[in-house]
Amino acid sequence: MELFVDQFLNLEIMRQAFPLLLRGLGMTLLLCLAVVPLGLVGGLAVALICRSRWRAVRWPAYALIDFFRAVPPLVLLIFIYAGLPFVGIRPSPFVAVCVAFLLNTSSYYGEIYRAGIDSIGRGQWEAARSTGLNVFQTLAWVIVPQAVRNVLPDLISNTVEVVKLTSIASVVAMPELLYAADMARSLTYNPSPIVLAAAIYLALLWPCVRLLSRMEHKVAR
Amino acid sequence: MDRFVDAFLNPAVIEKYLPDILWGMVVTVEVAAAVVVTGVLGGLVLAAIRSFRVRPLNALIVLFVDVFRALPPLVIILIAYFGLPNVGISLSGFTVLWLVLSLVLAAFSEEIFWSGILSIRKGQWEAARSTGLSFVQTLAWVILPQAVRMTVPPLTNRTIAITKNTALGAVIGVPEILMQAQTAQSFSGNATPLLIGSLAYILLFIPVVAVGRWLETRFAWGRA
Repeated sequence: MELFVDQFLNLEIMRQAFPLLLRGLGMTLLLCLAVVPLGLVGGLAVALICRSRWRAVRWPAYALIDFFRAVPPLVLLIFIYAGLPFVGIRPSPFVAVCVAFLLNTSSYYGEIYRAGIDSIGRGQWEAARSTGLNVFQTLAWVIVPQAVRNVLPDLISNTVEVVKLTSIASVVAMPELLYAADMARSLTYNPSPIVLAAAIYLALLWPCVRLLSRMEHKVAR
Repeated sequence: MDRFVDAFLNPAVIEKYLPDILWGMVVTVEVAAAVVVTGVLGGLVLAAIRSFRVRPLNALIVLFVDVFRALPPLVIILIAYFGLPNVGISLSGFTVLWLVLSLVLAAFSEEIFWSGILSIRKGQWEAARSTGLSFVQTLAWVILPQAVRMTVPPLTNRTIAITKNTALGAVIGVPEILMQAQTAQSFSGNATPLLIGSLAYILLFIPVVAVGRWLETRFAWGRA
């Protein structure tokens, strides 16, 4: 038991690593501020493209969604970060992460928006159009607000996944929370800093997970 | 264009490293299959236990589910892989990857199954019990078959997402596709293995994603 505490809950080492981890947390939050809006906007674009009237537009969009859903995000990230320099494109870790996340998460957000837009009855479209709103006004003021409300739990759940996913940025030496923790681990030969990082992730995400759990079980009778 | 072909589709590199990547595909399929079986079964068992509504047990299950839903899998993998040997438990990278991803999938699928169980009307329980079925029989023959049916689409999506995390094995030296591709890339000084590795994932997962889509329409029907 003592060995366990010394290895996983070593307060002395945690105290030393804390400033480093805080800086890492700052980078994680910055990453989230970049990739979550990118995904939300990209996803909406994807969803709208998938509803296009023209098959020639719809089918490539579906193919791309399935493509990016089939490739693990870490593979995509490493391809962009380590592969593209071979043809002369050298993205910084931050840019590589942003591009990989845009491609990956837009597909997921896109599917969610699509389900949301599908859940709005045709009558809403017709009514909005007949009051003189054009297609974009109808989307912006009538359809999307209702669609978003219908799929809010899924949007939040996916956002939690995106925040968790930022941890893979550590693999391309982006100095975010997990990277900082792993660096502290390799300096001290003690995994306590990663446990501390886990505690920080928990503090950040547990409230969201609780909220989601409640929303998901609301249908209970 | 020549430069692109040379960097990403170099025939000599393909010939030399294709066997490694194919071997990586075998490892990826092994881990993925093991994770799907233990993860989904684990989630189903936990959800079944939860329906007995024993308070302390349920609190533990909820705690487990919350923690494994909130933590990034890579964090848990690193703690297990680098931490456990220090307290005398040495697990191979393969075992750690399988164990951690199974636990994560079990947590997510427990929530999905539990939602399914909750969505079955109370009348179903009462009717089944009044025909003389015991609690366990009711759960096994009446409630779960209906609940599981309803959970197929979300469960498939979640399972695909978590199975793709097998690529995280590359970080702890599991010789799966990504690891093989990265090793080949650094040996050959050429990006071809990375592209082949990505294609290998697409080959494995596009059918799964397509089946997921099909299941979603097949099982999409109103709640019971």
